[in-house]
Amino acid sequence: MSAGGVTWNVYDADKLTQREIYGLVLCELGERHPKIVGLSADLAQSTKIGTFGEKFPDRFFNFGIAEQNMFGVGAGLAKAGLIPFISTFSAFASMRACEFLRTDICYQNLNCKIIATHGGTSFGPAGTTHHATEDLSIVRAFANLTVIVPADALETSNAVKACMDITGPVYIRIGRGFEPRVYDTDDYGFEIGKAVEMHPGNDVTVIACGATVLHAVQAARILKEDDGLSVRVLNMHTIKPIDKEAILRAVEDTRRIVTVEDHNVIGGLGTAVADVIAESGKGCAFYKSGIPDEFTIIGYPEDILHHNKVDTDGILEKVREVMGRDFEAEEDWEDEV
Amino acid sequence: MAITDQEIQELTKIARKVREDIIDVTGWSGGTHIGGSLSMVEMLTILYWKYLSIQPHNPHWEDRDRFVLSKGHGGVGHAVVLALKGYFPPEELRDFNKSGSAFGMHLDCNKVAGVDCSTGSMGHGLSMAVGLALGARLLKKSWRTYCVMGDGECDEGSIWEAAMSGAHYKLDNLVGFVDRNGLSIDGPTEKVMGLEPFVDKWTAFGWKALPVDGHDFKALAEAIDFAHEYKDGPVVIVAKTVKGKGVDFMEDKAGWHYGGLNAELVEKAKRGLGGVA
Repeated sequence: MSAGGVTWNVYDADKLTQREIYGLVLCELGERHPKIVGLSADLAQSTKIGTFGEKFPDRFFNFGIAEQNMFGVGAGLAKAGLIPFISTFSAFASMRACEFLRTDICYQNLNCKIIATHGGTSFGPAGTTHHATEDLSIVRAFANLTVIVPADALETSNAVKACMDITGPVYIRIGRGFEPRVYDTDDYGFEIGKAVEMHPGNDVTVIACGATVLHAVQAARILKEDDGLSVRVLNMHTIKPIDKEAILRAVEDTRRIVTVEDHNVIGGLGTAVADVIAESGKGCAFYKSGIPDEFTIIGYPEDILHHNKVDTDGILEKVREVMGRDFEAEEDWEDEV
Repeated sequence: MAITDQEIQELTKIARKVREDIIDVTGWSGGTHIGGSLSMVEMLTILYWKYLSIQPHNPHWEDRDRFVLSKGHGGVGHAVVLALKGYFPPEELRDFNKSGSAFGMHLDCNKVAGVDCSTGSMGHGLSMAVGLALGARLLKKSWRTYCVMGDGECDEGSIWEAAMSGAHYKLDNLVGFVDRNGLSIDGPTEKVMGLEPFVDKWTAFGWKALPVDGHDFKALAEAIDFAHEYKDGPVVIVAKTVKGKGVDFMEDKAGWHYGGLNAELVEKAKRGLGGVA
C-alpha cells in the first residue's frame, strides 16, 4: 500500500472516529505525497481535513460555503498535476456539487479523492437536510468513479491509503464519528473491490456496508446462538466496482441474500447486488433492507437505524423472514402475475 | 507586449479565416453554436496567435499556458482555432457532430488535442481555471491560465463562487474574459436576467475589471498586457461584442445562437464577411 507504515491499533480505533482517523491518515499521506492538497467548504473541523490544513497550511484551501466551486477548483488542481482530497458532508458532495463531481471530475477522469463525511443518517439530529440517503445511488451512476463505504475507522484508514493506488476519482463515504469499531486490526487484507467475509455461514448471506456491518455481525452471532443458523456476513465496502464473485458465491452457497444499508433502498448497495443476481439468472430469496423510499426521521443515529430496521434487531427480523421464504419450490405463478 | 499595426493586420486576416471555417463547419455539421462562436473570434485569435505559450505538436507540454473555454458551446470556434494552429488536420472537422466523431458541439479534452478542459455545462470553467491557477502557483510554475466565459453564463451562481475564490486567493496568473455579446438563448440578457451593472459586479467581487471593445485587437492587447502586469489579483476583460459578428444576417440575432447553414447560406454568410479571402 502507498502509505505503508501507517497503522492503527485497537486502542486508537476505540478512541478515534472515522473522521479523526481520516484526518490523521491524510497527514501521513501528505508527508509521502507532496502533491496532495486538501479542500474544504467551511467544514474543515467537521470533516477533519483541518488536521491536514494545520500541518500543511500551504496545501490547504478553504472555499467557504460554496461546494460547487470547490469541486470545480478540485478538477483544475488535478489538471495542474496535484492530488486533491475534497471533503464535505455526503449530502453536499453528492447533491449540491453533483454536476461538478460528475462533469468536471468523473467525465474528465481526474485524480480527485472525495471524502464524503456524515454519510447516511449518521448526522441524526441534524435532520433530513443533513442526511445522505441518496448519495450512493447518485454517484454509483458516474462512470470512472470508484465508490467505497468503509465500515469503521480502521477500514477508513485502509480505504484512504488504498485510494492513492487508483489514478482517478474515488468517493469514500464515511460517518460522522463515534461509529463502533468492527475490526480489531487494520491488517485484514483490505482490497478495493473485494468483499470481506466478517462471519462464516452457509444458510443465508447478509451483505452490508458502512455502519450496518457491525449490526450484521452482531445479528449473525445471535442467529447462530438462538436459531442455530449459519449466517455469512459480507462487508461490501466497495459499492463500485462491486465484488460480483463474492455475491455469486453467496448465491450458490446460501441461496438466500439480505442486503443492509443506511441508504434509500433505491439505487444503493441492495440495487447493486440485485443487478448482479438478476443478470446471473440464478434463483435466490432476496431482500433489500434499507431506508424505505421516504425521507428520514430526526433522531439519534442508532434510533434512526432501528426505525429503518437496519440495526441488529431489524436484521434479525429480515433474516428470519427470508429464511421462511421457500423460493425453490415456488412453481405456481398464478398469484404472482 | 505592445501590438504593432502589422500584427493587427495579420490577426485580422486570421480572424477572417477563423470565421470562414466556422461557417464551413456549420455547413458540414448540420448545426453549431455559431452566433457565440463568431462573437469571440478576436479574443481567441489574439490569445492563440499572440499570447498563449503553447506547442501544438506537444499538446500536453507541462509548461504550456492553459486555456479554458467556460462557454463550452463555443466549441466550434475553439475547434477551428485549434485546427488552424495545427493540433490536428482541419479535415477532421468534416466529422463534426457525426456519430462516433471526436468532435461534438462541446469539446471533450480526452478526445480533442489542445483542449485543456471539457466544458459545456454553464458555470464550470471559471472554477477549473481557478484550480489551474492555484495549482500553478503552488507548483511554482510560471504558466498562466486564461478563461473565456459567456455573459449569459454569468447567470449561474457558480461563476460568482469562483469569482470570489479567484479574488480571495489573489490569482494574478489568471485572466478572465467575458464575451459580452448581450444575448442568451431566450433573448437579450437584460430581458432574460439582468446582468448590469456588470463591470461593477466584477469589481465588487474583487477583480480588476476592464471593459473593452471585444473586436478591437488593439484594445484587447492593451487589456491583456495590463492583466499580465497587474499583481493585486485576477483581471477580467469584459469584452463588448456582437453575437454573430461578421455575418450580416446573423449579427445581434438571438435566433442565431444555434443554427445550421445549407450550401446557399454558407456562400451568403461568407460573402457577408467582406475583406480578402
